[in-house]
Amino acid sequence: MLNAEKRKTLVLLIPVVLVLIGYVLYPTLRTAYESFLHNSVFSLQNYEDFFGSKAKANLQALWNSVWISLLSVLFSALIGVPLAYIFNRYEFPGRRFFSNIAIMPIVLPSLVGVMAFMFLYGEAGLIPNAIKDLLNLSEVPFKIGGISGILIVHAYTMYPYFYMTTASALSNLDPSLEEAASNLGANRFKVFWQVTFPLLTPGLVAASLLVFMVSMASFSAPFLLAGGFRVLSLQIYFSKINGDLEMAATQSVILSIVSIVFLLFMRWYQGRKDYRMASKGIGAHRSEVSNPLLKWTMVTLGVFAVVILLLPHVTLLILSLVPEGSWTWQTYPTMFNMENYTMLFDTPYIWEPVRNSLIMAFIACLGVFVFGIFTSYALVKRNFIGKNLLDILVMIPWALPATVVGMNLILAFNSPNPFSFGQILVGTFWILPLAYFIRFLPLVVRSTNAVLEQLDDSIEEAAQNLGAKWFYTFRKVVIPIIMPGVLSGTLLAFVQAVGEFPTSVLLYTIGNRPISIEIMNQLRMFNIGQAAAYGMIQVALIAVVMFISSRFLGVKAEKSLG
Amino acid sequence: MSTVHLSAITKQFGKVTAVEGLDLIIKEGEFFTFLGPSGCGKTTTLRMVAGFYYPTKGVVKFNDRDMTTVPPEKRNTGMVFQNYALFPHMTVFENVAFGLKVRKMSKAETKKRVEDVLRKVRLDQYMERQVSQLSGGQQQRVALARALVIEPDILLLDEPLSNLDARLRDEMRAEILRLQKEYQITTIYVTHDQVEALTMSDRIAVFNFGKCQQVGTPTEIYNEPVNDFVAEFIGETNLLPVREAASGESLRSFHADVLGGEVSVNNTSLNIAGYTENDDLMMSVRPEAVEVSGQRVTGANVFPGRVKMVQFTGAAVHTYVEMNEQLTLVGTALNQGPSTYLKEGADVFVRLPEDQIRIVPKAGV
Repeated sequence: MLNAEKRKTLVLLIPVVLVLIGYVLYPTLRTAYESFLHNSVFSLQNYEDFFGSKAKANLQALWNSVWISLLSVLFSALIGVPLAYIFNRYEFPGRRFFSNIAIMPIVLPSLVGVMAFMFLYGEAGLIPNAIKDLLNLSEVPFKIGGISGILIVHAYTMYPYFYMTTASALSNLDPSLEEAASNLGANRFKVFWQVTFPLLTPGLVAASLLVFMVSMASFSAPFLLAGGFRVLSLQIYFSKINGDLEMAATQSVILSIVSIVFLLFMRWYQGRKDYRMASKGIGAHRSEVSNPLLKWTMVTLGVFAVVILLLPHVTLLILSLVPEGSWTWQTYPTMFNMENYTMLFDTPYIWEPVRNSLIMAFIACLGVFVFGIFTSYALVKRNFIGKNLLDILVMIPWALPATVVGMNLILAFNSPNPFSFGQILVGTFWILPLAYFIRFLPLVVRSTNAVLEQLDDSIEEAAQNLGAKWFYTFRKVVIPIIMPGVLSGTLLAFVQAVGEFPTSVLLYTIGNRPISIEIMNQLRMFNIGQAAAYGMIQVALIAVVMFISSRFLGVKAEKSLG
Repeated sequence: MSTVHLSAITKQFGKVTAVEGLDLIIKEGEFFTFLGPSGCGKTTTLRMVAGFYYPTKGVVKFNDRDMTTVPPEKRNTGMVFQNYALFPHMTVFENVAFGLKVRKMSKAETKKRVEDVLRKVRLDQYMERQVSQLSGGQQQRVALARALVIEPDILLLDEPLSNLDARLRDEMRAEILRLQKEYQITTIYVTHDQVEALTMSDRIAVFNFGKCQQVGTPTEIYNEPVNDFVAEFIGETNLLPVREAASGESLRSFHADVLGGEVSVNNTSLNIAGYTENDDLMMSVRPEAVEVSGQRVTGANVFPGRVKMVQFTGAAVHTYVEMNEQLTLVGTALNQGPSTYLKEGADVFVRLPEDQIRIVPKAGV
């Protein structure tokens, strides 16, 4: 009777709630608590230090984070929106190819991407030096580093958010709306500003907030490029390295508050405005470009964009072929062979980080996969009190910057507690799989939610009506139907976990150091080739996953990203 | 096969009462229809029979077994959903075999039964197809086969034809009836389409606002509605408010303010529904009973009017007659050729035969 249903829900909820409280809520609260401790005494001293005159660096870092993020939003939008408009509204040779290439930056893990940029455009970068030699200059004409470096990397890696939202908004836009406006006498300019643009704004605002949050949390780019320049996510890392965990907690709380405020604003905004249109059967409609000059300008623009976009990938590939010790004082690498790759497979020390990353990502994803399905099922298909609260709890790791997630785990598990079964987890192998699990849980839950919401309740009822018990129905009907969506989400989580840097750098030990840490080590030893080879492994892995997702699971990779 | 016995069923969702005080007995092998507008509680009632909802109050019995709180998987009902709810990841065969597999039937027996039922719904050619490759009508038949193959005690059909186009709907109507007669299975059919209800059912229950208004055979429901809601919902009718005026042995007369006169009605239970003193009364005359004539007609219940519109539908001709500013009556006659059509604007006389009028109370809300 009613109780049987409620009992089922309860049995489902107990493990879900326990895990979320133990590994998401408790660590978050723990950090908040520690932020009020100064030398183990409860006080507001840390906050006074943060905002006070004593440590100007912190306030400066917060301010830097904010304006870097604002500029990142601006630049990403300036690249993403026009590109999406041109590639989706005009028909010209190579359009399809260009629009596929446009999302290539998401194939580059952030740390690897930053590395590629350093060797492309940095002080000793290939491009500035090539220009210098070509034009016989005495100095490199330009180099990126510090603020400009961070901004360029951000723009490159984050413009796809704008590109994808604009592209999907444009393809959902009913062309008859614009035709109606023209029919009523509006010129092209008016049509764009009065009809098209207003309909794009909800998507643009969402993308802006997302990019803002991502750049506030950005760690790899400032870590490698900032030099003396301080941002808040980096400050947390430095406080932790210096052993001031209480200050790190305070900084984490402040960074989290900024992120969460923006997240709430985003949710509120999306709930407020809904321009989705009811009209069905929207045909994509693109203007044929007939003016040859304009047409070839567009093609040139497309080719130019492709070159810029793929240059980091190509650089990475070339660098990975440079053997150790063969590129020291020379401007350009002189030797190319497969040594870095062969070493990967026959030198245990080199292979170890790859194995570590794969094993830890696999463990985390196994957990995320099982736990994500049950959590999502409870959220979408079951009714209970406190559902909204559970929803928020699941999404906390998504809203929090990775550095904060790492800090939360350090503070929660550097002493024994029931959720670590009385063990100290920090400094063991298990802390990293746990960190990956928490980091990527929201991703899998969201992609599972999406497919479960598509699944009509009557399908389950039909199975039940034919005599199947709940668990049988779940196994034989629900799981097989949602599997493609869940798998593509989990695969995406897997490749991201393999490349994960910010939490790894806070939590790794010598025994479980993952790829990203080894890339850092190799860079420090100026063994660029090996670092690039590690990077290529990640790029290849992502490419394989995207191929599987689109080919066998019928899910477009860019869909699972948002 | 079972009887279904619903007694004093009430179902509330929070503060909303979806079904109130429902008593129904559905007989063995009967084709029983729940008919009503959307939101009237008919689907809720069906889902209580299937076990997807449990009643807030009352008892559900199959034969003599109390099923009120038995979970759906233990009821042995076969349900066909409005959207068919076919399992998209299975073939036609696997869909139909699902219920047998759950019942742990042997492979050979399962195969035999599935092939059997698919032959009956004429889909044996499509056994290995994915369900997404089938047309709407074929999907509908798979859903039916899947529900029938488990030999359910009760077949439940939730607006099964509402997603089909008109021609296919006629075809499937015949198909469902044929299968129901063949299997001799107790069937509950939910629909908001009165033509479906009238043509298919042994008996109909008419629902409105969570209450069952009337239970009866199609002819009873159509000819002897118990209130104005049933009269208006089933078929077309002319409805006008009346007051009791005088009562005689064989005739009773009612005053109709909008007609500005008295109407006499045969004093039989066929013409006058049961009502109490406090009820407001309505008069219902079916358009096919209304006689419209260009010449003055003699007899009772004759009123003058002017033709407002003549609507030609093929088999029938509807004549809309404006009696006065507040009232327009409709008369329907079979098509007898152009010479019989009345001209718009013509002065005519309308006769309401005293044996064709039905006096009903207004339905309480």
